Amino acid sequence: MRSLSTVDFIAFAHGLQWTLVLVLLSFFFGGLLGLVLALLRTSPLLPLRLFASLILQIVQGVPLLALLMFFYFGMPVFLGVEVPSLTAVTVAFSIYSGVFLGEIWRGGIEAVKYTQWEAAASLGLSRYEQFRFVIAPQALKISLPATVGFLVQLIKGTSLAAVVGFVELTRAGQIAAAATFQQLLIYSIVAAIYFAICFPLTTWSRSLEARLNGTG
Amino acid sequence: MQNLNFQQVLRYQDEFMEGLLTTLQMTGISALFGLIIGIFGAVLLINGPKPIRILLKSYIEIIRNTPPLIQLFVIFFIFPSVGVRLSPFPAACVALSIYFGAYAIEIIRSGLNSIPKSQIEAGECLGLTRFEVFRFVILAPALRNIYPSLTSQLILLLLGTSVASQIAATELFHTGTFVESRTFRSFEVYALIAAIYVAVVIASRILFAAIGALAFRWPVRR
Repeated sequence: MRSLSTVDFIAFAHGLQWTLVLVLLSFFFGGLLGLVLALLRTSPLLPLRLFASLILQIVQGVPLLALLMFFYFGMPVFLGVEVPSLTAVTVAFSIYSGVFLGEIWRGGIEAVKYTQWEAAASLGLSRYEQFRFVIAPQALKISLPATVGFLVQLIKGTSLAAVVGFVELTRAGQIAAAATFQQLLIYSIVAAIYFAICFPLTTWSRSLEARLNGTG
Repeated sequence: MQNLNFQQVLRYQDEFMEGLLTTLQMTGISALFGLIIGIFGAVLLINGPKPIRILLKSYIEIIRNTPPLIQLFVIFFIFPSVGVRLSPFPAACVALSIYFGAYAIEIIRSGLNSIPKSQIEAGECLGLTRFEVFRFVILAPALRNIYPSLTSQLILLLLGTSVASQIAATELFHTGTFVESRTFRSFEVYALIAAIYVAVVIASRILFAAIGALAFRWPVRR
């Protein structure tokens, strides 16, 4: 047993860095998946819509922790080879983000009036051009507050990667707690670090929303 | 893929059942206390004195901007430091009630605030008493507005109880890790508990939708 020292804070900084790497990777890949899911959910073809809803129902019905464990232990089973833990947790968090971002963006796409599609079509734009130049910019603006809000959700969620031994901020805290037995102090510090990252984002999301509603 | 073996895992069905029951109990208890926090918190946030409003707002922001896992750890370790011995299940319930309460305050507050002031004035003009205004003009439509977000938050709470496994409360997820350590069938165990959670969540969604359809039948248009 030793006391809390500078070494621990360096470890926290190191863990925080991995938390951020994980968030960025999951947000990037989740964003790609989310775009696909949002397009499937707003597709005119019923089977595509049903398929996307099925994925949504399943992923949103499983605790993030179970999703993480499923991919952490499942990927070696499916692929037949060991995968690095960063890959496994990134896949799990990307799927989690993809499903939520897909729902958020679907809401954004549906909030753009259908006449906008028709207007774009009557200008002779192809289906892709209609989406890319007319619908997507408006949908993006509408769904930006919720997207930033989800980013907070994702940052908080990555703390669960600690459970499979991935050394991000929470795990760094657990390691320091095991060495110093000052759990309360250490987890309060870790909580404060998460708060310092998430609170500005929450505030930003709220101001974006107020601006969108014309009250800010 | 060919060496999947669910049989070994399914032998522990009694343990899984017990874990699921604990999960449901934990959800129920935390939801109850969280709702109490939510109702009083929302009323105080709207009508309370300024210091209390600031206190409540900080509580909500702290809970919403920190991971539930860390909240659980902080609360689990706060008790010994003030000299109280608390076993994992009640500790988890306390943490989850505090967690759910913060979201419940926000949901209930926005539901109560969603009633236009003009409607309250209209109610007063009709000669309704203060209680009648609250009961018929504010409460009934507010409940209708609150219900959908509150039930989806409840489902998030149900899924959130899985973090209680990290302080060794023996709910469903913890049962999973226990069976895994006995059988070494990680993949099968987590596939099975994921399936149980999905089934429970879909069943609760259907149940909530049915209750909602029955309870909010009266002809009120938004």
